[in-house]
Amino acid sequence: MYQYDSYDQAMVDARVAEFRDQVERRLAGEITEDQFKPLRLKNGLYLQLHAYMLRVAIPYGTLNSRQMRMLGDIADKYDRGYGHFTTRQNIQYNWIKLADAPDILADLASVEMHAIQTSGNCIRNTTSDQFAGAAADELVDPRPYAELLRQWSTFHPEFDYLPRKFKIAIIGSDTDRAAMKLHDIGIQLVRNDAGEIGCRFYVGGGMGRTPMIAPVIGDFVPPLQMISYLEACLRVYNRYGRRDNKYKARIKILVHEIGADEYRRQVQEEFAHILTLGLEPPPAELERIKGFFEQPGFETGLPDDIDLSDPDFALWVDQNTHAHKQPGYAIVTISLKPVGGIPGDASADQIRLMADLALDHSFDELRVTHAQNIVLPHVKKADLYAIWQKLDAAGLANANLDLIGDIIACPGLDYCALANARSIPVAQKISQRFADIGRQRELGELKLKISGCINACGHHHAGHIGILGVDRKGVENYQLLLGGSEGADTSLGTITGPGFNEDGIVDAVETATNVYLAQRTDGERFVDTFRRIGMAPFKEAIYG
Amino acid sequence: MVEQTLRYRDDAAVTDPAVSLSAFAEQSNAVAVRIEPGEDARALLPQLDRIALVEVNFPAYTDGRGYSAARILREHGYAGELRAVGDVLVDQLSHMRRCGFDSFAPNQPINADAAARAFATWPEVYQKTVDGRPAIWAKRHAL
Repeated sequence: MYQYDSYDQAMVDARVAEFRDQVERRLAGEITEDQFKPLRLKNGLYLQLHAYMLRVAIPYGTLNSRQMRMLGDIADKYDRGYGHFTTRQNIQYNWIKLADAPDILADLASVEMHAIQTSGNCIRNTTSDQFAGAAADELVDPRPYAELLRQWSTFHPEFDYLPRKFKIAIIGSDTDRAAMKLHDIGIQLVRNDAGEIGCRFYVGGGMGRTPMIAPVIGDFVPPLQMISYLEACLRVYNRYGRRDNKYKARIKILVHEIGADEYRRQVQEEFAHILTLGLEPPPAELERIKGFFEQPGFETGLPDDIDLSDPDFALWVDQNTHAHKQPGYAIVTISLKPVGGIPGDASADQIRLMADLALDHSFDELRVTHAQNIVLPHVKKADLYAIWQKLDAAGLANANLDLIGDIIACPGLDYCALANARSIPVAQKISQRFADIGRQRELGELKLKISGCINACGHHHAGHIGILGVDRKGVENYQLLLGGSEGADTSLGTITGPGFNEDGIVDAVETATNVYLAQRTDGERFVDTFRRIGMAPFKEAIYG
Repeated sequence: MVEQTLRYRDDAAVTDPAVSLSAFAEQSNAVAVRIEPGEDARALLPQLDRIALVEVNFPAYTDGRGYSAARILREHGYAGELRAVGDVLVDQLSHMRRCGFDSFAPNQPINADAAARAFATWPEVYQKTVDGRPAIWAKRHAL
């Protein structure tokens, strides 16, 4: 994976020094909280309901064991022994003291990490496919492009005060594992008939209160013009995106209001101008970066057979491993969704264990997924049983990947200052209701996503089953959505009807699954059945 | 309001008051113009050779349209004074300079030493813009 050179290191070190100075001025009372707020937000430091929360960037969700270990140590040293992995492949710490924040950033910088642009109306951390460089179905490894994008977007002087936050995802497979079309910009690396690589730009997707699926704006942008095209997309948005209403300020509203054709026309015009300026890093820079992402030294001639005589292990292998491009290897996903647990949470010890496993068994690499799980991307099939045993002993062998127990949830009103309702207790109750893994497997792939407010950090629009927590006259109320999806078949969920209280929503979810079980035909997933039979039978069962 | 302008140019300061974009179009002898966030900087491109000062107004520091306006003017060869006016704070100076501003008239005066520190915040830069600083990629490949 990528390693900083002295230039990259100097940039994060400068940031630490700058922030240390700002915190000292704040603690000494030289600047007010109002003046300090935009400065701390540039460093991912939020003031939440009970404490400061620090959001650390994990560029395109990729970590080595040293970095992962540091995340565990920070949880112990500065938090309450936990870290929370987020839907944007980042990690958050919920119990941070302001005076410690500069030291945390310094610790992060010592392992080539930072919290730069993890909040604010700027270009946020770029996300990607958690199976990049490993997936059997990969066309192009997106990581070198993601790293190019990371550097370009870091402290970009023109785009630090955009109308609203800006999220970019980039993938290189036909299978979209990054919800790419639900980003402000989604880039898919594709090949044309001549075998050349191009960037397909989807612009103007998003969730929040007005969910939209991004249209294609640039069909085939040459990779060596990717940065210039991004400059054009961002410039048009910065100049013409709405600033009169923060709820209409995301790029999706601009693209929707002027139309994809007009937005494309403006981008093309700006792009033609920008191409004359020589802003693009040279081909040698992309080659330099690619050098860090060369295939690890896989062994050849390894067997693909796995001894599945232990039934619990067999279940986990079936559910939580994916095909690797190298024979004899597998991709392992570690579910951070134990029965009754907090989705995405891991203890410091668990984080360090995963770091050790990556070092010993996965060429020193880990990934964070937008579904709040951890991936060991390059595991020898022969090592799987030993890894599973260690995970099992640490409470990390949950064999529920992509099942109803693999819930995405935002922190909700337990932590978040923006939330209207709690998400975590609902996730815990549903996870307990469906605790039996046999029952979960019977239901098959079922993506359940919970947000505690309209901002949709829990991706409820894209859940096969989505839950949105709202505040109804001072009481938490939960709306149920059905039929959302991300990936190649991206769709937005539809609200079933009136909302429920906390227990009612758990019952409603169970009723919806019963309708599915009664109505499905062979091979249909929950979302397939919903698409075939529509809302009516679900509504009747839930409200009838 | 205390008039204070931080200026990073060697030529003599322009004393003409900046007029609005619409007034500028009508006054063929005007040499200084002010553009507001919603106005298109490209409207000035046909007349760049008669402009000595462009003021770009920032009614609120959070409105970043002026950064694009500044870059567009510089990218099209404007070499006169480019002044950021309004809600301009010390923490924005470095980015503004990178986008081509070379003078600053903030509502709240900024100490020149603090401004100098702000400009020195970043030892290197990742992007090529209009300030002439080589991007990190250019240094890496000795371009």
